[in-house]
Amino acid sequence: MRCLKSRWLAPIVGAVAMVLASSAMAKDVELSFYYPVAVGGPITKIIDGYAAEFEKENPGITIKAIYAGTYQDTLVKALTAFKSGEPPDIAVLLSTDMFTLIDEGAITSIDGLLKTNADKAWLKSFYPAFMANSRTSGKTWGVPFQRSTVVMFWNKAAFKAAGLNPDQAPDTWDALVADGQKLTKRDAAGNVSQWAVEIPSTGFPYWLFQGLTTANGVQLMNQAGTETYFDKPAVVQALQFWVDLSRKDKIQPPGTIEWGTTPKDFFEGKTAIMWTSTGNLTNVKKNAPFPFGVAMLPAHQGRGSPTGGGNFYLFKKMTPEQRAAALKFVKWMTTPERAADWGIQTGYIAVRPDAWETPAMKQYVAGFPAAAVARDQLKYAVAELSTHDNQRVTKALNDGIQAALSGTKTPEQAMKDAQQEANRILRPYR
Amino acid sequence: MSPARLRTHLHGWLLLLPAAVLLAAFTYYPAIATVLDSFFSTPRGARPSIFVGLDNYQAMVQDPIFWRALDNNILYSMSTIPLTIALALLMAVWVNGKIAGRPFLRMAFFTPTVLPMIAVANIWVFFYVPGYGLVDQVLGLFGLPAHNWLGNEHTALACLIVVAVWKDAGFFMIFYLAALQQIPPQLREAAALEGAGRWYFFRRVTFPLLMPTTLFVLINAVINSFRLVDHIIVMTRGGPDNATALLLFYIYQVGFKFWDTAYAATLTVVLLALLAMLALGQFLFLDRRIHYQ
Repeated sequence: MRCLKSRWLAPIVGAVAMVLASSAMAKDVELSFYYPVAVGGPITKIIDGYAAEFEKENPGITIKAIYAGTYQDTLVKALTAFKSGEPPDIAVLLSTDMFTLIDEGAITSIDGLLKTNADKAWLKSFYPAFMANSRTSGKTWGVPFQRSTVVMFWNKAAFKAAGLNPDQAPDTWDALVADGQKLTKRDAAGNVSQWAVEIPSTGFPYWLFQGLTTANGVQLMNQAGTETYFDKPAVVQALQFWVDLSRKDKIQPPGTIEWGTTPKDFFEGKTAIMWTSTGNLTNVKKNAPFPFGVAMLPAHQGRGSPTGGGNFYLFKKMTPEQRAAALKFVKWMTTPERAADWGIQTGYIAVRPDAWETPAMKQYVAGFPAAAVARDQLKYAVAELSTHDNQRVTKALNDGIQAALSGTKTPEQAMKDAQQEANRILRPYR
Repeated sequence: MSPARLRTHLHGWLLLLPAAVLLAAFTYYPAIATVLDSFFSTPRGARPSIFVGLDNYQAMVQDPIFWRALDNNILYSMSTIPLTIALALLMAVWVNGKIAGRPFLRMAFFTPTVLPMIAVANIWVFFYVPGYGLVDQVLGLFGLPAHNWLGNEHTALACLIVVAVWKDAGFFMIFYLAALQQIPPQLREAAALEGAGRWYFFRRVTFPLLMPTTLFVLINAVINSFRLVDHIIVMTRGGPDNATALLLFYIYQVGFKFWDTAYAATLTVVLLALLAMLALGQFLFLDRRIHYQ
């Protein structure tokens, strides 16, 4: 027995000693990195490729890139891991999750990590529209990475058939309604075979709604994430316009419109215009059987669209060495060349102006000008709706929008109720 | 205790241990922890969890979405359960008879059970698409207009009920089929000699003999109607305006989207109590009226 024990013990002791010795010698830093996949394409392969390249250039740092599902799944996994004491070191999560992550005490602000002037200049190199969702109370919490915005796709063949200029998308709300009357095809019995426009209203209707409210010159929340303005007259007006598209002008299908099937409706010719994420660009390019165009959202008081998508977040529980390495990785992932490459491969908007000046990006835009529409719209972009207890406040607004669109409440009543609910939720944060 | 008996006991306990550990760790401990959590506030960042007594329950009573989800769930259960059972019984009786293509029919009825709910729900979303979806195309043949099935508050829940019935009926059919084949053929012969009609025979002989199966199926159907929400996540996410929010879906939303774990625990306690009550009622009241062979 004793002999057996020592025979077993010796190698174990040896192995432990070796592990201790090697970790004491090399000081290797390992970083876990959670990321979601929200659009089509070989995203995991691209990310793994980036991680491998980074490791090669930076010996001593290991990146454990972990694909964690949708945005929602990734947040659930990251927060559950955080609550059990083993958070990831880096994660890409929705920019709107910022307040949730701050309130949970999970993430560290980026400013505190910046040592040199070059570091500080790096943080200033992003589009201001993307930083709007990455900053609050004077601190930066997220670094823009995979960001998007709402754009309008139109079917040029359908425009031509309706006697409209196929190269000119409706530029204002009035033009949208006027063109819409011509684009809607109705038979004698009143059955519609082609609608003019679809603005999806399931999943995250608030995001598309911001395309209307921003154009109507109104914000939905304050930068501190403690106030919402759902019942302002301009907001109600924007919702009324959306409801009227279906009910008064009858150029949009009635009821709520499913986000997931909207691109299919567009390909099938059920709708001549759709509003959707720039993330669908590659999808439409591949599947639309007709020539299509990409345009900015139509203007009313002004232009406007919300931004969307994900930021890098750094979690609190890291050693100083890990923090330095994590910052290095995030900086490496957002260099102009890599931002351009990421944008070209995925359809996301390259997050900094100088990325658009790289040769690769210039060549891409020259061959496919639609890719630049989202970038040009950024001038008018605002932060996506994000507050404390974000998902709950957002749900209050979503419920209100859906109630108005399906006709159970007037837009005024729906927004009043949503605001009341938001006030109740946000009271502890004021 | 003699060493021999001790060993027998020890053996017994050791054999039970794996199952007991699993049950304790994944069923009893979480259930008790959930009840306890419902009396505390949700910890957030710097604010630790504190004892709040019945505050969470009070908030629940004042929460209109909770009541909406409960109403929806009652309506959902009340329609899916009888429809599923009736359809399962009908299909079982049909494929129990001697008809051409019987194995094929049985397989066809059972197929929906085999398919994963998530995949099925994704297909049904396209069935319900206004205009070119399967449902509208079929209705279009009769000149009926396109309808926004999932986007309308009045039809969305009914659409989900149809999916649930379609999914579960084949599963319960299997139980009925097995039970039907257990019924001794002499009974039918005896009844035929007495001159009993087919409907009379079914009503007075077959159906009562199937009651143990019906109880089993009923309990499963009740549990399923509260437990299965995968199709809601895929098809409507509880919308439009909570028209298709069921209790478990709402619990998921509160727990993993709002991160209000204490309130989610409170809702879970209510769901557990509701299910326990239903199961008890079924066993205590129905069981007495059932004839076991």
